[in-house]
Amino acid sequence: MSDLRQIAFYGKGGIGKSTTSQNTLAALAEMGQKILIVGCDPKADSTRLILHSKAQDTILSLAADAGSVEDLELEDVMKVGYRDIRCVESGGPEPGVGCAGRGVITSINFLEEEGAYDGVDYVSYDVLGDVVCGGFAMPIRENKAQEIYIVMSGEMMAMYAANNISKGILKYANSGGVRLGGLVCNERQTDKELELAESLAQKLGTTLIHFVPRDNIVQHAELRRMTVLEFAPESKQAEEYRQLAK
Amino acid sequence: MTQNAENVLDHFNLFREPEYVGLFENKRKEFEFMPPDDQVAEIREWAKTEEYKEKNFAREALVVNPAKACQPLGAVFAAVGFESTLPFVHGSQGCVAYYRSHFSRHFKEPTSCVSSSMTEDAAVFGGLNNMIDGLANTYNMYKPKMIAVSTTCMAEVIGDDLNAFIKTSKEKGSIPAEYDVPFAHTPAFVGSHITGYDNVIKGILQHFWDGKAGTVPALERVPNESINFIGGFDGYTVGNLREIKRIFGLFGIDYTLIGDNSDVFDTPTDGTFRMYDGGTTLEDTANALHAKATLSMQEYCTEKTLPFIAEHGQEVVALNHPIGVAGTDKLLMEISRLTGKPIPAELEKERGRLVDAIADSTAHIHGQKFAIYGDPDLCYGLAAFLLELGAEPTHVLATNGGKNWAAKMQELFDASPFGKNCKVYAGKDLWHMRSLLFTDPVDFLIGNTYGKYLERDTGTPLIRIGFPIFDRHHKHRYPVWGYQGGLNVLVWILDRIFEAIDANSNIPAKTDYSFDIIR
Repeated sequence: MSDLRQIAFYGKGGIGKSTTSQNTLAALAEMGQKILIVGCDPKADSTRLILHSKAQDTILSLAADAGSVEDLELEDVMKVGYRDIRCVESGGPEPGVGCAGRGVITSINFLEEEGAYDGVDYVSYDVLGDVVCGGFAMPIRENKAQEIYIVMSGEMMAMYAANNISKGILKYANSGGVRLGGLVCNERQTDKELELAESLAQKLGTTLIHFVPRDNIVQHAELRRMTVLEFAPESKQAEEYRQLAK
Repeated sequence: MTQNAENVLDHFNLFREPEYVGLFENKRKEFEFMPPDDQVAEIREWAKTEEYKEKNFAREALVVNPAKACQPLGAVFAAVGFESTLPFVHGSQGCVAYYRSHFSRHFKEPTSCVSSSMTEDAAVFGGLNNMIDGLANTYNMYKPKMIAVSTTCMAEVIGDDLNAFIKTSKEKGSIPAEYDVPFAHTPAFVGSHITGYDNVIKGILQHFWDGKAGTVPALERVPNESINFIGGFDGYTVGNLREIKRIFGLFGIDYTLIGDNSDVFDTPTDGTFRMYDGGTTLEDTANALHAKATLSMQEYCTEKTLPFIAEHGQEVVALNHPIGVAGTDKLLMEISRLTGKPIPAELEKERGRLVDAIADSTAHIHGQKFAIYGDPDLCYGLAAFLLELGAEPTHVLATNGGKNWAAKMQELFDASPFGKNCKVYAGKDLWHMRSLLFTDPVDFLIGNTYGKYLERDTGTPLIRIGFPIFDRHHKHRYPVWGYQGGLNVLVWILDRIFEAIDANSNIPAKTDYSFDIIR
């Protein structure tokens, strides 16, 4: 387990966390790393590009059918996609009911107990929008993700969210080994985007590890439910993600 | 009113006085609007039928009288088994009031336990401040040597992180940095009290063995010849653990009882209030790492603890609450095998005495049919003992029993000629049991105090064995483990059998041809 690197992606909703993380992880897989993606979003769309379809069998939907999460087997929920990347979606309740945060806790506990992390080099948690409650901080508790990457853009609200998430991480940084790995900026082509992102990173005491330029090829790949790495491995954008993966 | 200071009627008789009888009748007529008596009787009869049983067993979204409690109850039970340890439940006060009263009603002893008193603002903002203040208050007011933290539903739903909270509390100075605060997440809506027991025992061992949440280096195991013993969640813990200590003493071996709550649930009345009494010392708990092996008396109470101990290099053995001759044989032979010491002659004599007692009474027990409900391991131990006696444990039900337990029970039935008509019910509740007692009646029911409603409804005589026992006193002082314990269980069963025979033969000049002095 000592080689296991656990990372988590946070960021404002719709910013491109899942897209960025999946593309980056696909690039990592290309380098021969064994990867597990844990989708911590009730929408269950964190692994769509890797699996080429929206995962239907989320941990929580299967648990609800089976009666309890103890009745599930790991094989029921783990799917294997592009370049053998293992994917699990935690799932969660319909909008407006229940508690999605508890769902994240239940799912991650289940995965740990079932040994889902055995034989993997990277575990990546893809967490929804904002850290709205304790459940969504589960991936950054001790012995879980050590590095957090925040995906943002040059828009005010995205930076605001990034700042908020950093506050959350700070709470846990004392107790665990968790640290802010850095910001990833998805270009929105706003004014002075790079400068703004860099100065935010500086204020947060971290670095802007990558500035991902806007490229429509990402959209084309998304429409085909693929990562850019798979759709257009030779493209400039694929190279960007490879850079980021490093 | 008839009540006056000169002649105070107790409630048994008071409410039978004409004023009250009239009052109740009026209330029924004017306000309750009950369906007519004959309709009530008709439905009551229908609820005894096979048709109703099928509907009952097809039930999906409703549980009626589950025979289980929640995780934090087991957490408190486990935590008080350590030297001067105060259980601290991170959650609301009402939950903790329940654990305390539940144990006090069973053991007839005060149960010390504190909560972090979470209220609505804590549910919104997280319980960190409650933890900081609560730990400081607990530490300063009750001066425990250790505070064992567990959680309730509320703290779990909002996702409070105990590890981070305890560290922050230490940084804020509410307790000293090196002070022992082991913790376990015990969501009440997952598993049952046996899961909570398991989580806390594991949490405490993890704290002492694996470096106290990263604050000191993990201990290095230096194997010795000692044996660890874990009793599991057990309503007879007072009698049982003392019996186990006696047995280990007779063997003459080094041992550590992990979670020894036999004294705290049975403190003497000698003028000194003991908030804490006995318990596994913190030093012994840490040193338990070096033991040769760990013996768990209840497999399903240690499902996470035993693998954790095995990972640290010890041999682990899990039994299923052994009761009776073969069960105790297995226990003693395991101890003997693990330690290389012979079984003491004294215990062999006790075995002979239990066999003798069984032989004396076998005519009355042989062939009797029993229904049992309770925790999975207790059910297993009791069923095995009944089969040994030639009785049939016809229905065995554990609300907190799983698939593995059910398979294990079936194996037990299959291995005995008396197990042919026996069935196991995992995950079912006492309303299922009620149907079974009507459609497939048995001679006796074994269960906890809540079984008295089943006894009244179905007429099946109840033998009170299990947890909780609220309406009979001091049973917990008697062991059910060891040959002595087997004798106790045998006597409890026989007493009820003879009472039933007497009750069935006491009408003068009608049935009293069998109202015998000698049974």
